[in-house]
Amino acid sequence: MHKFMMQLRTRVIVSLVAILSFGIVSADAAVKAGFIYVGPVADGGWTYEHDQGRLAIEKAYGDKVTTVFVENVAEGPDAERVIGQMANDGADIIFTTSFGFMNPTIKSAKQFPNVKFEHATGYKKADNVATYSSRFYEGRHVLGLIAGKMTITNTIGYIASFPIPEVVRGINAAYLAAKSVNPNVKFKVIWVSSWFDPGKEADAATALIDQGADILMQHTDSSAPMQIAEKKGMYAFGQASNMAAAGPTAQLTAIIDNWSPYYLERVGALIKGSWASSDTWGGFDTGMVELAPYGKAVPADVRQLADNAKKAIIEGRLHPFTGPINKQDGTSWLKAGETADDGTLLGMGFYVEGIEGSLPSAN
Amino acid sequence: MDMILLSAIVHAILVASTPLVFAGLGALIQERAGVLNLGIEGLMIVGALAGFVVALSGQPLLVSVLAAAMAGALLASLFGFLVLRCLANPIASGLALTLFGLGLSALAGAQYVGLSAPQVAVWHIPLLSNIPFVGKAFFSHDPLVYGSILAATVVWWFLMRSRPGLVLRAVGENHDSAHALGFSVRGIRFLAILAGGGLAGIGGAYLTLIQTPLFVEGMTAGRGWIALALVVFASWRPFRVIAGAYLFGCVTIVQLHSQAFGVSIPSQILSMLPYLATILVLVFISWRSKGKGSVGPSSLGKTFKISH
Repeated sequence: MHKFMMQLRTRVIVSLVAILSFGIVSADAAVKAGFIYVGPVADGGWTYEHDQGRLAIEKAYGDKVTTVFVENVAEGPDAERVIGQMANDGADIIFTTSFGFMNPTIKSAKQFPNVKFEHATGYKKADNVATYSSRFYEGRHVLGLIAGKMTITNTIGYIASFPIPEVVRGINAAYLAAKSVNPNVKFKVIWVSSWFDPGKEADAATALIDQGADILMQHTDSSAPMQIAEKKGMYAFGQASNMAAAGPTAQLTAIIDNWSPYYLERVGALIKGSWASSDTWGGFDTGMVELAPYGKAVPADVRQLADNAKKAIIEGRLHPFTGPINKQDGTSWLKAGETADDGTLLGMGFYVEGIEGSLPSAN
Repeated sequence: MDMILLSAIVHAILVASTPLVFAGLGALIQERAGVLNLGIEGLMIVGALAGFVVALSGQPLLVSVLAAAMAGALLASLFGFLVLRCLANPIASGLALTLFGLGLSALAGAQYVGLSAPQVAVWHIPLLSNIPFVGKAFFSHDPLVYGSILAATVVWWFLMRSRPGLVLRAVGENHDSAHALGFSVRGIRFLAILAGGGLAGIGGAYLTLIQTPLFVEGMTAGRGWIALALVVFASWRPFRVIAGAYLFGCVTIVQLHSQAFGVSIPSQILSMLPYLATILVLVFISWRSKGKGSVGPSSLGKTFKISH
């Protein structure tokens, strides 16, 4: 009974605080949106694109919104301190833009029930925590088609970071697409165990080219592989951002993460008072995944093929993971005509049939 | 495995190792003078940025490399001032130097992110570069790969064969005796810090000018710490620094190639291999020198106070 009273009292206090804070928020004209970045804004990739989204909010909503950001926040417990600081400083909505901020975000959300949280690429939600990510694998599908068509050595080099589902999904999507237009294509995958180590990424790119790859794909954040491709007269795809500056001749296209539409929608909802926790996984259709303009080297028929695939994905006529697909060990995953469900894709921990080498364990 | 691929692998190992050779020599020359400088990482990245900026302005490689060396030496002089003049704790000062160098280069370098340095011409050594396998592997490199071997030779000759080198080592072994003999301990240590800073700066510049070639903040990615480990690995001898650096480079490159061949080892094991190798060498060194005391310079990391 006593415990119940305690709980009740806590709830009343929390509600009161919430109501009072709401009053303060309403009195304050501008909504304050905060961003927690894992890297520097100047990384030219992942964090740069999130910051472009932040700037889009400022531009669109003018004096109805103010924004703050903290860059280079380490994933892990320290993130909680930074998030808490931001909430204490009066942020109304906080975007935490890396997978490793998941638990700190959930913890902070409990401490600040009147603040809205948005966590990128995670899977834990709460009443005041929404999650969002992009279907990058749709972009990988188009990259795979281009690579399969354009390779002369039939060898695609893939520089991967960590064996988490998002990266594995990208490799599988690209491979299946490349294979569908070029049955002889082979993928060589190198894991560099880092999101960002330009020296090591460059070494991996060199190793792949030395082993016969003439087109490179990457799931790491620096443009070093693009530079190496340019230097050695090979081709490559940009990652997260348009990397044409690093490879004016080498870049065939790039997957661009465009967070602006999502950030505009969510901050807009908060201003209108209609914000609710949700789980967004947007692809080409939402504008969250974009492709950079094709490089000069991409021939007209390949551009057509790529454009058609993109259109078909947007219209829902094409799913990059459509059966029959076997897992690498030969067991059946999807039957003919069957498409993958989001749950399996989000937890993908296996290679599809045809990819050589075994997947390093994620743990 | 065909010979062409094998020679390409050896070529890549030399490229991946060269920043470590320069930075390792930079750490070694300071430690031989008794200065423990944990700021190598910071010196490297400041040199990386300076060399990159100068190369972008269209200067030839030699000028870019000199700029990197000067930037490294300049930042190192700050460390020298703190440790030698203010008698600050060298461990804390070195760590501060690393953090400061990383931050400074990030701030000053933000505007250069996304740009490419002009390509550096390869020096094909006449005749030798025409030999099958060996030519491509060893004699078709950029000038700095040859320069790193030259640098190791010069450092070795200076430390082991010249009188000033002997004095420098004396300062590192026993600064009180060296002082009693009338040598300027602080002056010699300061010069060693400048030289070490310059070499570390060149090591960083190799990353931005040749290996990647681009600049982004934090791009040294721990190579300064590997360089410090290398000096211990090499038991404070210049040519062993080269051997150690090539071993590290070999582990890195061979694991990348083995993956591309489809031989897979857990990624975490691969990334810790270089550090594991350092630990094993440390264990081996201390086991071998059991009872004989430290194999490093005796005054390493100790603050020198003039007692009149």
